[in-house]
Amino acid sequence: MGYFLQQLINGLTLGMIYGLIALGYTMVYGIIGMINFAHGEIYMIGAFLAVIGFTVLGLLGISYVPVALLIVLFTAMLFTAVYGWTLERVAYRPLRSAPRLAPLISAIGASIFFQNYVQLAQGARVKPIAPVISGGYTVFEEGGFTVQLSYVQILIWLLTLALMVAFALLIQRTSLGRAQRACEQDRAMASLVGIDVNRTISLTFVIGATLAAVAGVMVTLYYGVVDFYIGFLAGIKAFTAAVLGGIGSLPGAMLGGLILGLVEAFWSAYFSVEYKDVAAFTILVLVLIFKPSGLLGRPEVEKV
Amino acid sequence: MVANPNTAPRIDIAALLKDAALTAAVAFALALPLIGFRTVDDPAGLGIETRFDWVATGVGAVFLGRLLLSWLFALRGQRPAVGSGWLAHARAQLDPHMKWIALAGMLFAFLLPFLPFSSRYTIDIATTVLIYVMLGWGLNVVVGLAGLLDLGYVAFYAVGAYSYALLAVTFNLSFWECLPLAGLFAAFFGILLGFPVLRLRGDYLAIVTLGFGEMIRIILLNWVPVTRGPDGVSGIPRPSFFGLPFTANPPEGVTAFHEFFGIAYAGSHRVTFLYFLILLLALITNLFTLRIRRLPVGRAWEALREDEIACRALGINPTNTKLTAFAIGAMFGGFAGAFFATRQGFISPESFTFIESATILAIVVLGGMGSQIGVVIAAVLLILLPELGRELAEFRMLLFGAAMVLIMAWRPRGLLAHREPSMRLHSRNHRGES
Amino acid sequence: MSALLTVEHLSMRFGGLLAIDDLCFAADERRITAIIGPNGAGKTTVFNCLTGFYRPDVGRLTLHRPQGPLYLERLDGYRIAQAGVARTFQNIRLFPAMSVLENLIVAQHNVLMRASGYSVAGLFGAARFRRAEAEAIEFARSWLERVDLVERADSPAGSLPYGAQRRLEIARAMCTRPRLLCLDEPAAGLNPRESAELTALLRSVRDREGIGVLLIEHDMSVVMGISDHIIVLDYGKKIADGTPEQVRHDPNVIRAYLGEAEHEALPAEIAADLRRDDRPT
Ligand SMILES: Nc1ncnc2c1ncn2[C@@H]1O[C@H](COP(=O)(O)OP(=O)(O)O)[C@@H](O)[C@H]1O
Ligand SMILES: [Mg+2]
Repeated sequence: MGYFLQQLINGLTLGMIYGLIALGYTMVYGIIGMINFAHGEIYMIGAFLAVIGFTVLGLLGISYVPVALLIVLFTAMLFTAVYGWTLERVAYRPLRSAPRLAPLISAIGASIFFQNYVQLAQGARVKPIAPVISGGYTVFEEGGFTVQLSYVQILIWLLTLALMVAFALLIQRTSLGRAQRACEQDRAMASLVGIDVNRTISLTFVIGATLAAVAGVMVTLYYGVVDFYIGFLAGIKAFTAAVLGGIGSLPGAMLGGLILGLVEAFWSAYFSVEYKDVAAFTILVLVLIFKPSGLLGRPEVEKV
Repeated sequence: MVANPNTAPRIDIAALLKDAALTAAVAFALALPLIGFRTVDDPAGLGIETRFDWVATGVGAVFLGRLLLSWLFALRGQRPAVGSGWLAHARAQLDPHMKWIALAGMLFAFLLPFLPFSSRYTIDIATTVLIYVMLGWGLNVVVGLAGLLDLGYVAFYAVGAYSYALLAVTFNLSFWECLPLAGLFAAFFGILLGFPVLRLRGDYLAIVTLGFGEMIRIILLNWVPVTRGPDGVSGIPRPSFFGLPFTANPPEGVTAFHEFFGIAYAGSHRVTFLYFLILLLALITNLFTLRIRRLPVGRAWEALREDEIACRALGINPTNTKLTAFAIGAMFGGFAGAFFATRQGFISPESFTFIESATILAIVVLGGMGSQIGVVIAAVLLILLPELGRELAEFRMLLFGAAMVLIMAWRPRGLLAHREPSMRLHSRNHRGES
Repeated sequence: MSALLTVEHLSMRFGGLLAIDDLCFAADERRITAIIGPNGAGKTTVFNCLTGFYRPDVGRLTLHRPQGPLYLERLDGYRIAQAGVARTFQNIRLFPAMSVLENLIVAQHNVLMRASGYSVAGLFGAARFRRAEAEAIEFARSWLERVDLVERADSPAGSLPYGAQRRLEIARAMCTRPRLLCLDEPAAGLNPRESAELTALLRSVRDREGIGVLLIEHDMSVVMGISDHIIVLDYGKKIADGTPEQVRHDPNVIRAYLGEAEHEALPAEIAADLRRDDRPT
């Protein structure tokens, strides 16, 4: 029971992180109908910015946690956003009317570039940071087994929920949200009624990147280690989450993330840790075979 | 172009400067955190090393570069149209002579081991190049012809390598018995993976293959009883020359290659033999591809790449047709993998990472999707670059990532892509052609 | 005259929009059946249901063949095409990088595929395959002659002018040797001379090949000139069905095209005049 509860907590935490990354996939897919293959790397860059940020602040002697956290979150989001913007500007925008394969390849090129860029700039070694937030609540105790809910986990939950609310408001209430929905439905028409399509797409990439940056910061806090390769698997998993929830659906991305996080936590706990990455992939293939439109997505009717 | 002083384009210097400054500002934001601050290992955790001079140099270079570029574009009046220009022209000029270029290349390849400058080292490198040429040609069927983005091609390479290694080590099968099996296994995996995914849109295939490549590696690492895990498989039998082994002291009752031909033993015999083996395999891949492009199935691949919806309206079964392309590509990957295993004598999961897939894809894209000669040029470039210096080796993948982005923007069908129809109604110099 | 295609109670919904509402009609062999109606009436959607791109919510679509009826609503698009329903698209869909000739050869894929022994015999250059290929090229050439594109046979299809692309798409559909040809606005974007040529081509397809033609078209000079039978759609509903003469004078059609509101707003005599003007004197 205690063990189960602990896995539930860990799984939900992991799921929130996947969900945040998945939002970026789903938003970009919604608006340009393409997978952003470099999104995993954007998240990895966010995590590196967190490592650098915390280390620099530590050296400067700023160790009051809320302040350090806010500064790091803010700078990571800001700089990652520039990466997201640049990615769209360089790898996607010139290819709006190119053959379908071209943007996929250029995005993969960008992803390879980012991976190697970070590896060259920061070194290939794993980067550990000293724990920024430690401790937690003991939720439950049973026969020597304690169920822990750490402060970091609480922070991740709260931050994710707050972001979700802010994000839902953004999409529903603001003109940017309306422009996004218009571009999703019919880009040509949207531009005819005066929506700046390029700007809307850019902003979508930027928002996706900031969410990925938050996920990166949280992963850094949660695990305390980062390397240049983490974007690869996280990208595939978050994409799985987006597909599972129904690509194009924002609540779906979060739901898919949570399910995936739980599956992974329980799979590692009760089956095998070695194959935990295979679990996500199996889910991806199963969903694609049996329900390609995902849990909350609408089936796509291809316009002919 | 005739320069006319009256209509010479007016260049708005202020706008150019502003544009360059904006670009430089973005470059600054990109470079500052990741280049400006380098995390270094420190006994007490992580330390930071600042490199603001690098950032300043980089941003300055971006500013000047952007200014120069936009100034040049402004001088020409407009940005060059995508996909046009001198390269396409030069490529088209070469086309009538392609047969001779290919023949000359093949002659060179056959003579290479006997040329005065070639050593064991050159033959070794050439063998590696040829492995990548073969992989590139195999992947070209999938990406270049059928337009399917396979990001996990290395998985089929791995399946081929492990099939050969395990069959040979466990059941004592010879290379020639294992080779077809390795190809079949790889093709089987291709079908298994492709079947659920190929019905769906192209990007799903890309990400599923990306995942599949990684999953195969994880399984190879963890399924220790069969794959021997991270230690890999060693003692893989080396190929023999129709039963004549390349060993200095063959076991009792076995004639070695040098004994049979009555020549002195030399280690280079095997290296040369391996070279010719991969040359043969690569040429088979090439001939097969060239031939199948002219068959209905090859044309259907290309038609699917161009417009899947139109294909369905013409009665072509898209899933099966894509599946054949995917399986054939996988099969060649499997053949190459078997060769890799016999050449190395030892394989482990480390040889089959995503970087490998990315390298092969880069070869195909850089060479020009669908272009056979382009693959050779790109493979030579990609394998020789690191040999030229350590710096180049480090920056290789960075450069190739960037090149993939730039080439797609410049020529979205591939750098050397030039399509020659698979059949003609009129002879080549017919006037009707535009 | 036997019906080649019957459509019964076809309905298709997109979210809240009922794009086709309980549509019934038939198309005959050796006849040109036109489907007309204002933009957004659901004409293309009918084609998409017929050719397997959309799955209709309700309805029975039957292709009558000598060997028995075939129900299209459950078949995959490529199977429908194999059964003899060919189509063109409102926004042309050629294989732009492939040559004009190759476009026509791809249309004969299934025949050639069998002749090549599913590629195995083809790889070894079997005589049977070479013969089949030569025949396919000959057939393609005969169609290139009919649409006047022989000269451009080896150019990329994407490099042709617009009108030529429209003709090539029709030739490509015909190279599948269909029993029913569905054309989605083939005259859109053509100049008057090209339209006239198209009319002649469609007539010859009907009379020489003897197949049924379903034609979506806005250009009334084309429709009225060659259709044997016209079906009028408005907001997904059939509002008229008959010969060109009958349809021309159907009050429902006039209302749909001129707009109800305008009619109401006009003085009664002028509205009546409008209708009278259309009548033959
Ligand atoms: N795939 C689709 N998804 C949603 N709505 C569609 C789709 N295809 C067609 N429609 C809608 O159905 C209606 C009929 O469209 P269509 O058949 O293309 O009209 P027509 O060809 O008569 O001009 C239009 O309102 C159109 O927007
Ligand atoms: Mg239409």
